[in-house]
Amino acid sequence: MNRFFSIRRLAALLAKELIQMRRDRITFAMMLGIPLIQLILFGFAINSDPKGLPAALVAPTQDRYSRAIVSALELTGYYRFTHPAASAAEAEQLITKGDVAFVVTVPSDFGRRVERGDYPQILIEADATDPAVASGAISTLGTVAAEALLRERGTEAEAASDAARQLQVTVHKRYNPEGITQYNIVPGLLGVILQMTMVMMTSMALTREVERGTMENLLSMPATPIEIMLGKVLPYLGVGAVQVAVVLIAAKLIFDVPFVGALPLLLAGVFIFVASLVILGYLISTASRTQMQAMQLTFFFFLPSLLLSGFMFPYRGMPQWAQVLGEIFPLTHFLRLIRAVMLKGSDHAGVAQPMAALVVFVTVFATLALLRFRRTLD
Amino acid sequence: MSAAPAIEVRGLTKRYGGRAVVDDVTLTVRKGEIAGFLGPNGSGKTTTIRLMCGLLTPDAGEGRVLGHDIRRAGRAIKREVGYMTQRFSFYEDLTIEENLNFVAGLYGLSPARKYVADTLADLGLTARRHQLAGSLSGGWKQRLALAACIMHAPKLLMLDEPTAGVDPKARREFWDEIHRLAADGLTVLVSTHYMDEAERCHRINYISYGKLVAKGTVAEVVHNAGLTTVVLEGDDLTGAARRLKGAAGVDQIAPFGATLHVVGRDGAALLQSVERVAAETGTRLHPAETSLEDVFIQLMGDAKDNMG
Repeated sequence: MNRFFSIRRLAALLAKELIQMRRDRITFAMMLGIPLIQLILFGFAINSDPKGLPAALVAPTQDRYSRAIVSALELTGYYRFTHPAASAAEAEQLITKGDVAFVVTVPSDFGRRVERGDYPQILIEADATDPAVASGAISTLGTVAAEALLRERGTEAEAASDAARQLQVTVHKRYNPEGITQYNIVPGLLGVILQMTMVMMTSMALTREVERGTMENLLSMPATPIEIMLGKVLPYLGVGAVQVAVVLIAAKLIFDVPFVGALPLLLAGVFIFVASLVILGYLISTASRTQMQAMQLTFFFFLPSLLLSGFMFPYRGMPQWAQVLGEIFPLTHFLRLIRAVMLKGSDHAGVAQPMAALVVFVTVFATLALLRFRRTLD
Repeated sequence: MSAAPAIEVRGLTKRYGGRAVVDDVTLTVRKGEIAGFLGPNGSGKTTTIRLMCGLLTPDAGEGRVLGHDIRRAGRAIKREVGYMTQRFSFYEDLTIEENLNFVAGLYGLSPARKYVADTLADLGLTARRHQLAGSLSGGWKQRLALAACIMHAPKLLMLDEPTAGVDPKARREFWDEIHRLAADGLTVLVSTHYMDEAERCHRINYISYGKLVAKGTVAEVVHNAGLTTVVLEGDDLTGAARRLKGAAGVDQIAPFGATLHVVGRDGAALLQSVERVAAETGTRLHPAETSLEDVFIQLMGDAKDNMG
C-alpha cells in the first residue's frame, strides 16, 4: 500500500460518501430535481428579446400612409397596438403608467409631406426604463417604416432622394436567425445550474464533517489529504454527470436547442467545468468553519459570476474592467465553450482557449485546496 | 516490560490565543499499562491527547509515541494508535456495519469482510449490523466506537472520556474489556474524571489547568499528597461543619451520608481543630484513609490558588 495514495482507502471514502448521499434523501432529490425544474422554469420564462409589446398610436389624420406604417410595425411582431386611436394627452398618460411600451405619433401633415417628398416624420417614444425591452423593437424601426412608405407610394422616380431610405440595413442574426432566446438561455442555464448545485453541495462536504465531529476521527485515521479530497469530489462529479445528462436531454426534447457541434467535445468541456466547480466547492469547504459560512461564501461567489459571466447581461456590453473581472469565473469560459460548440459547431481549435482556461481553474483550485487542507485540528 | 515506553513526551505545550492550554506536560506511559489521565473539565486532557495523536502540533516540547516523533511521524502514529474521541465521531447516518467497513477500508485491513464480521460478532452486534449508528444508545455507541478503534490492532489506545454518559453496568463491562486488552499487551491511555475509574488504572496522571500536578500509582498519589483525613460521626454534623469552616489545618469539609470527612495537609493542626469541635458538638471522631477523591479536590483547590 502506497504511503500517500491508496485505492483501498479512496474506495472506502467513496463508499461512505455515496451511502451518506443516498441516505440524505432530500438533498439527493434536490440534486436531481433542481436542474430540471430550473431549466424548465427559466428556459420558458427568461426572454431577452420580448415581442408583442403594447403600443399606442396617435394619428389625428388616419390616412393610408399612416395606416401603412402602423400595419408594417405590427407585422414586425414587436408592436401590438392596444390603443390605436389615442390623443396625445392619453398617450402620455399610458406610457407614464407603463400600460404601453411605445407611443407612435404620426403628425397630421404626414401624408402631405410624403406626397410632396418633404421629409415626412414620425415620432416613436419608447419606454426605455428597461433598455433590453425596447432595443429589438427600435432596431427594426427605421427600415420598416421606410419600406412601408416606399411600397405605399409605389414610385421609383425619386430614386435620388430615396436612395438613403432604400439603403436597407440588413440585420443578420447569425447562429440564431429567428432570435430564439432559448437557444442562448438554455446552454447558459446548464452552466448556471451546475454551478449552483455543484459548488454549494461540495462546499458543505468538509464543514459537515467538522460540525458533526467526524473530522477528528477521520484525521486520526490514515487517510491522506488527496484521498480525502477525491473521496469528497468524485461522488459529486458523478452527480454532476447526471445533471448534465438531464439538462442536455431536456434542452433537446423540450426546447429543441440545436446541437450543431460534436457531442464528445461538448461533454469533455462540461466535464472539466464540473470538475472545476466541485473542486472550488471543496476549496470553500476547507476555508470555512461552519456550513453556514460555506453557504455564504458560495453565494458571495455565485452572484457576481452570474452577473459578470455573460449569462445575464451581454459580456461585450460590460466595461473593460468588468470584462477582466468576468474572466476569473469558470462560468464565463464555460458559456463561451458551450455556446460555441452547441450553437456554432466549433471544433477543438475553436474552443481551445476556454477549455484551457477551465483546466487552469481545476489545477489552481485543487492545489489551493490541498494546501489549505488542515491535516491537523489546529 | 523493559522495552522503551509507549509514550514519552517532554515539555509539551500548546497555546490558544496566548493562554497555555497544555503547559509543559511531561508524561511517560509504559508499554502494556493502563494509564489514567485525570483532571477537571477544561484542564487540557483532550488537547494533550490530540497532541500525542499527531492531531495537533505542539508549540513547544517533543516526544515519541510508540517510538515515532510526534512532530514528524504523525502518519505512522495514526496507523498504530487507536483514538476514541470524546464525542461519538463515527457516521450516524451509516449503519454499524458500514461504519466498520469504512474503518477497515481506511486502515487497509484485508480481508475487510472477515475483520468486520469478527468485530460484529465480538460486539454481539451481528444481528443489528444494519441499524444506523445514530439510533444506538450511548452505551452501544461507545462499544461500537471502541470496536472500531481496535479493529486495526493498534499498539496504543487513547480513550478520551470514553464513559461519559454511560450507565454503570456498561461502564463496568467497558473497563473489563480494557483490562482484557491490556493483558494482551495493548497500552491504554484513558482520560476520565470518575474516581472509581481512576482506581482501575495502573498509574494515574493528574492534570490541572494544563499542568501535570501528580503522577504515580493510586497509592503513591494518595501518599504523596500527604493529607490527613478524619471522620466525624454524631448528631450535630451541621454544627460541626459550620465550626470547622476556616479552622486551623482544615482544607476540606465534605458530608458523606451520616459522616463528615475533614481533610487537611497539616495533620497536627487538623487534629487539634477537629478534637476541639468534636468536644463542642458532642460528635465522635476517628482517623480514616484519605481517598483519591480527597486528593483530587485538594489538587483542584491548590491549582485555583496558583491561578489567583
